[in-house]
Amino acid sequence: MSLNKLTIAAARDALKKGDVTSVELTEACLSEIEGAGALNAFVHKTPEIALEQAKAADARLKSGDAPAMCGIPLGIKDLFCTKGVPSQAASNILEGFKPEYESTVTQNLWDAGAVMLGKLSMDEFAMGSSNETACYGPVVNPWKVDERQLTPGGSSGGSAAAVAADLCLAATGTDTGGSIRQPAAFTGIVGIKPTYGRVSRWGVVAFASSLDQAGPMTKSVRDAAIMLGTMCSHDPKDSTSADIPVPDFEAALTGDIRGKKIGIPKEYRLEGMPAEIEKLWEDGIAMLKDAGAEIVDISLPHTKYALPAYYVVAPAEASSNLARYDGVRYGHRAKLGAGEGIVDMYEKTRAEGFGPEVQRRVMIGTYVLSAGFYDAYYNRARKVRALIKRDFEEVFAQGVDAILTPATPSSAFGLGEMADADPVAMYLNDVFTVTVNLAGLPGISVPCGLDAKGLPLGLQLIGRPWEEGDLLNHAHVLETAAGFAAKPEKWW
Amino acid sequence: MSIDIDTARKVAHLARIRVPEEHLPELAQELSNILTFMEQLNEVDVEGVEPMTSVTPMRLKRRVDEVTDGGYQDKILKNAPDAREGFFAVPKVVE
Repeated sequence: MSLNKLTIAAARDALKKGDVTSVELTEACLSEIEGAGALNAFVHKTPEIALEQAKAADARLKSGDAPAMCGIPLGIKDLFCTKGVPSQAASNILEGFKPEYESTVTQNLWDAGAVMLGKLSMDEFAMGSSNETACYGPVVNPWKVDERQLTPGGSSGGSAAAVAADLCLAATGTDTGGSIRQPAAFTGIVGIKPTYGRVSRWGVVAFASSLDQAGPMTKSVRDAAIMLGTMCSHDPKDSTSADIPVPDFEAALTGDIRGKKIGIPKEYRLEGMPAEIEKLWEDGIAMLKDAGAEIVDISLPHTKYALPAYYVVAPAEASSNLARYDGVRYGHRAKLGAGEGIVDMYEKTRAEGFGPEVQRRVMIGTYVLSAGFYDAYYNRARKVRALIKRDFEEVFAQGVDAILTPATPSSAFGLGEMADADPVAMYLNDVFTVTVNLAGLPGISVPCGLDAKGLPLGLQLIGRPWEEGDLLNHAHVLETAAGFAAKPEKWW
Repeated sequence: MSIDIDTARKVAHLARIRVPEEHLPELAQELSNILTFMEQLNEVDVEGVEPMTSVTPMRLKRRVDEVTDGGYQDKILKNAPDAREGFFAVPKVVE
């Protein structure tokens, strides 16, 4: 098997045994990346850094002091600030920006000996569900079943495509409303968004600060457990980072979920949901039941209001966070004509630098926060958010250990197919995932089958706050039972 | 709630995004559609519900108010489109 196809777990074991070196793994990935230009996933490549880190990792492995992630080649979403390497959030407004600092998450990975292959495309400022808002042009899903090019999903579409196409062993993603879980489902990989506060947000370009969390996107649940453990830490530089110990998530993968209670929320059974998604969900329920779990019907009555609440709260926070892109401190500045002043500079810079979806969301956010509308929209949305969280708390109080839902309302759609649709139609992609961000809970997408066209479909498990280990164990059981082993056929 | 062209112009200005006059009707329509979608929130009974301020119940940490960081002006200015003599440079602000 080509080395780039390895899982983190398999590579870790081979590295420890000395069967393979990190340099060999890294070179295998770099050569795959070179041949995968058609996917448009890697947008800033860092082969020199990668080989230097790989050599250091090999030395560390030899000395015997090597954590699990030592020597593992990774792709990094363009949203993470990486020192001296372009970190653009897939936006023209950050063109040329090279941070003078490293995000806490990537620093944790490098401290553990991981290797950076380069930066991965995404929707601009993580706003989108198809990767089509990226300033680099869309990423193409490695899954292809007809003449159409499909979206890998978004916003972490570059990460999803790169992992599914074996350009790297795993990648970082971020998730504000489903941006890890939806692309993971569209590409047949695993993606987990941890509990809000589990992973430091420091050095990650901010979209909606009360919702954003980073997480791993991997080829298996075990890999997600290994990589998440390295990404998590208490960080004094992020005031919302939780000061609680990070458990050994891999040790939680016992495969035993006997007696666990799995909630099936009736509100997620949408009208007009494709029969294939319905069947996948039923199959998943049966798998967990066969593994000895107890299945209970539950109700999360405010589910319907999660999307509208999200599309008030997230743009409101984005409009504040993106105010920093003013053409003064970093990135793009518009050329000014004679007599133009500072307001012209702001307005022209932001009009040139932000793409249409980002502009739309910043303006919506500005509107819902403006005098006279703050109560009607923003405060009301925050109240509804409190009710959505309460729905989950009540279900967990009834003894439910995890909740099983579909990850997405469809399989991957064609690039450009939503171009003429109303922006709201694109927002519906997040219908099963946003509730989890609004309630700050951990959620994981697990590939569970193919639809009739041959495209991957995923199921989502939602866990109790801070119980990522237990959630990963449920996901591990589901993954084992589903036995999803399909890979995209190489056409690129 | 539907947004008229004047409101769209005002929102664009508040957001400091230049929108050409001929694009305002389309923008107003798009923003109206999104706000219509949000109006579902009016169906929810939120009587007596406190707006969420923190998704996980936590008290933000406090620390002594003292300088813990700094002293790298060159790094701060490194990415500036226009930096001169240790400062960010911008067009004239006061007449």
